[in-house]
Amino acid sequence: MELLNKSYQWIISSIMMAISITCFIPFVLLIMSSVTSEESIIQHGYSFFPDTFSLKAYEYLWNHGTDLGRAYGITVFVTVVGTAVSLAITSMLAYPISRSDMPLKNFWAFLVFFTLLFNGGFVPSYLIYTQIFHIKNTILSLIVPGLLMSGFNVLLMRTFFKTSIPSALIEAASIDGAGEIKIFHRIVMPLSLPILVTIGLFQTIAYWNDWFNGLTYMSNSRYFSIQMILNKMMTDIEFLTNSSNLAGNAAKEIAQVPSTSVRMAIAVIGVLPILIAYPFFQKYFIKGITIGSVK
Amino acid sequence: MIVERITEWNDTVSAELRQAVGYKTVKKKAGMKKFKRYFPLFLLMIPGLLYLIVNNYMPMFGIFIAFKNINYSKGLLGSEWIGLQNFEYLFKTSDAFIITRNTILYNLVFIVLGTIISIAIALLLNDIRNKVLNRFYQSIIVLPHLISFVIVGYLVYALLSVDSGLLNKTILPMFGIAEISWYTEAKYWPYILTIVHMWKTVGLSCIIYLASIISIDPEYYEAAKLDGASRWQQIRKITLPLITPVITILTLLAIGRIFYADFGLFYQVPMNSGAVADTTNVIDTYVFRALMTSGDIGMSSAAGIYQSVVGFVLIVFSNYIVRKANKENALF
Repeated sequence: MELLNKSYQWIISSIMMAISITCFIPFVLLIMSSVTSEESIIQHGYSFFPDTFSLKAYEYLWNHGTDLGRAYGITVFVTVVGTAVSLAITSMLAYPISRSDMPLKNFWAFLVFFTLLFNGGFVPSYLIYTQIFHIKNTILSLIVPGLLMSGFNVLLMRTFFKTSIPSALIEAASIDGAGEIKIFHRIVMPLSLPILVTIGLFQTIAYWNDWFNGLTYMSNSRYFSIQMILNKMMTDIEFLTNSSNLAGNAAKEIAQVPSTSVRMAIAVIGVLPILIAYPFFQKYFIKGITIGSVK
Repeated sequence: MIVERITEWNDTVSAELRQAVGYKTVKKKAGMKKFKRYFPLFLLMIPGLLYLIVNNYMPMFGIFIAFKNINYSKGLLGSEWIGLQNFEYLFKTSDAFIITRNTILYNLVFIVLGTIISIAIALLLNDIRNKVLNRFYQSIIVLPHLISFVIVGYLVYALLSVDSGLLNKTILPMFGIAEISWYTEAKYWPYILTIVHMWKTVGLSCIIYLASIISIDPEYYEAAKLDGASRWQQIRKITLPLITPVITILTLLAIGRIFYADFGLFYQVPMNSGAVADTTNVIDTYVFRALMTSGDIGMSSAAGIYQSVVGFVLIVFSNYIVRKANKENALF
């Protein structure tokens, strides 16, 4: 029985190992491609075991890196500001709704909840943001549309406030003469660190990874984030493949498109911070998934 | 206690007061007091509510755009009403059928396959006794979920690129198969997109199922073991029945969203290639391209409203079913 158990453990563990490798191996291919010499890629294609290693791609990026440096700056700025503002307005909306004595609290909660059921869709959003608020080509367009606050997060936070902050504590503070804002700031927020960390983490990832707002609202390359540079280069590949018969034109374009390994190197630079930081936050991330799934 | 006494006192006093001062002023005073007390809380809500209005409610009312012939020079409000003409044009095209079919079929396959695979992996993970290994596997399988679809597009491109992809240059030659022009052949894309979607999302739902499997009382298994039940029998008779509620809810929620496709998957992974549009175009990508590439406000808004309205009906409907099965599990 013991032996059987051991071999069973071996079998399921090796299946899991195979699945894990499947999940991870594309990243290995990406990283290996970025350190393969250009000739090797042209001859043998992208490969896990390149013929000739070369750090030329990274060298090129280091020397021509001003665009990339700025894109990094934009990504970091958008992520930090977006996450901070998001946490602030989400908790500020969720807290009053969580209070059982708040006037009209069901109405406010419904106002939030309804946004999860129905939305106007992409076209009205786009027209309202561009025609009424004129945020096209401003840094706001990378932060505000769609991402800043989700009704789902508000409801998640409301549930946390309701279940984890004892109302007796709030009453006691109120009797001691603390105002509502002071109670929120000094008592509720410090006690809500777990949910703030979880939602903050998900917001950080959403902002770091976002390319949709850039694709939609940003045509000024000065404000391109890392994801948008990657997306732009992908579009350039598309352009080349779609118009490969226009030989003269294509040749001119190729000169501007970073070579194949450089392209992969930028993708590595875009994904590496996440891969490096992941071991440190994976615990919270996995916990966050389960929090989000049970309301 | 105190509250009760105060209300009691209120009742007796208020009758006299009503006569003496008039009921209205008392109510007004109480209202003022309440207003003063909760005013700071209202202030807190303002930024969030403003954002909801701008980001969610204004677009909802913006639905009227689909019933107008939008002309930028006349403005959104000034453009003329044309009734259902945009919808007529939309449903006359073959696109309407193709995008509806693709969206629903892909989502159905994703729901069925995704549920089976993630439960299977969750069952495996649940049996792995080595805690360190278990945590390691969990972290690795949710990793793809962290990556943006732009990067996923690159990963897929490294595999499928016509002249330098791993498949065309290394794997297919090993089996003596000729190069395949992946990005122009529509017939392969249902498989490619399904595999990519599974790769990206299975880990996430697996963790959710695992959480519900872990919460099963171990006493059930011990009793079954005493009766000589095999592991497979335990899974079939204990684990699966006990996680059925979770499976049902997740599936119904997914069905409620069957009209919405994952924009990133369908836009970035096929690299926006027109040649494979037949099998990769979904409602979301159609709306986006119709507006951003062709500038066709009428068609894109009509398709968008079609999606919003049918989507809304489906969500309400699937919630109704969840509610009938088990009230606690319903969203609303």
